[in-house]
Amino acid sequence: MNTDRTLEGDVLTDDVRFSIDDVCRGCRLEIEELEVLVEEGIAEPRGARRAEWRFSLRSVRRVRTAVRLQRDLGVNAAGAALAVELLERIAELERRQR
Amino acid sequence: MEYKDYYSIMGVERDATQDEIKRAYRKLARKYHPDVSSEPEAEAKFKDVGEAYEVLRDPEKRAAYDELGRNWQAGQDFHPPPGWDAGFEFTGAPGGRPRGGPGEYGYSDFFEELFGRAQAAGSGPRRSANLQGEDHHARVQIELEDSFHGATRTITLRVPELTPDGHVQARTRNLKVRIPRGVRPGQQIRLAGQGGPGLGSAPSGDLYLEVEFRPHKRYRLDGADLYLDLPIAPWEAVLGATVRVPTPGGTVDLTIPPGSQTGKRLRLKGRGLPTKPAGDLYVELKIVVPQAGTAEAKEAWETLSRQADFNPRARLEEDNA
Repeated sequence: MNTDRTLEGDVLTDDVRFSIDDVCRGCRLEIEELEVLVEEGIAEPRGARRAEWRFSLRSVRRVRTAVRLQRDLGVNAAGAALAVELLERIAELERRQR
Repeated sequence: MEYKDYYSIMGVERDATQDEIKRAYRKLARKYHPDVSSEPEAEAKFKDVGEAYEVLRDPEKRAAYDELGRNWQAGQDFHPPPGWDAGFEFTGAPGGRPRGGPGEYGYSDFFEELFGRAQAAGSGPRRSANLQGEDHHARVQIELEDSFHGATRTITLRVPELTPDGHVQARTRNLKVRIPRGVRPGQQIRLAGQGGPGLGSAPSGDLYLEVEFRPHKRYRLDGADLYLDLPIAPWEAVLGATVRVPTPGGTVDLTIPPGSQTGKRLRLKGRGLPTKPAGDLYVELKIVVPQAGTAEAKEAWETLSRQADFNPRARLEEDNA
């Protein structure tokens, strides 16, 4: 599909928060699967109770990467968490090197 | 349609065991996974490897593929011989794959000709007749200047799309996207309704574009602040000077105070990225020395060295005393 229309989007900043339903729908996850990722520290939502959980943009990005790594590489949640952290560290080092 | 040599894509022999094939897949998947790999074309290679594994890990599909014979060359024009797949169970009943998997990245025409199109994954307890589409994510690379002036970028996405008869098909989409002024690296632009299609009457998901800046030949970026190395002459550093400094918003005059050292940072307030509030531009002074060149120039430096009462290593000598 090609379109000549220019699309206008909204810019999301770091203070945008997503609900548990937003994350599960956007990442095609069951709530239980998301809970496991939260337990592993891949996503650190604000809010004490599950219904109040609010996820940052960065958390959602980490969840997506972890889900793909689990699915495509056969790693478990802990392995995916480690990989996500190492990937972020590499990206930060590369950014500083420039 | 081009023949695909799944064994050579996986780097295994035709008589490889299922364990060898699995090991080869894991290794290649780690190497080319789009989230992990920095190799060019990683996504295309990952897709090839995923498709090869999809066929070779499944004894039925592998046997059918082997049936085609070994005389085909990768890339050779291919049409399956009539009746080649007689007796194999997958025919007419593709799919049944776990949720996600390589199929999410789309299959080649070759695969689809042989094994039929992959059915949209329909498993999972949360699925219902009406389900909002998945959010899609992509990166968009822009120049630093685009954030200053705003820009329009065309991005090309390869996305799996649902056909009316419920099949998944990889398609190329070109989207023209407005890059708003003041956008920063790492920020995301949300394009509502441009993600995956919804099931039934449910709306599509959203498309998130993560903004990346290409490295700039002049400025370094930290948050909304810019850094510029500014070369100055020794006499400008000693005597002070007013010099012309390029900024993304246009050239400005900058006063260098007398006695400035290399590494001194001067701040041009509000000359960084045009965010709210705007970032600053930090100018880092770097004293560069000319070659002595002519005899007159050399003489002038020698005069200076005799007349200047200056020991740049005084601190070192104190420490050693």
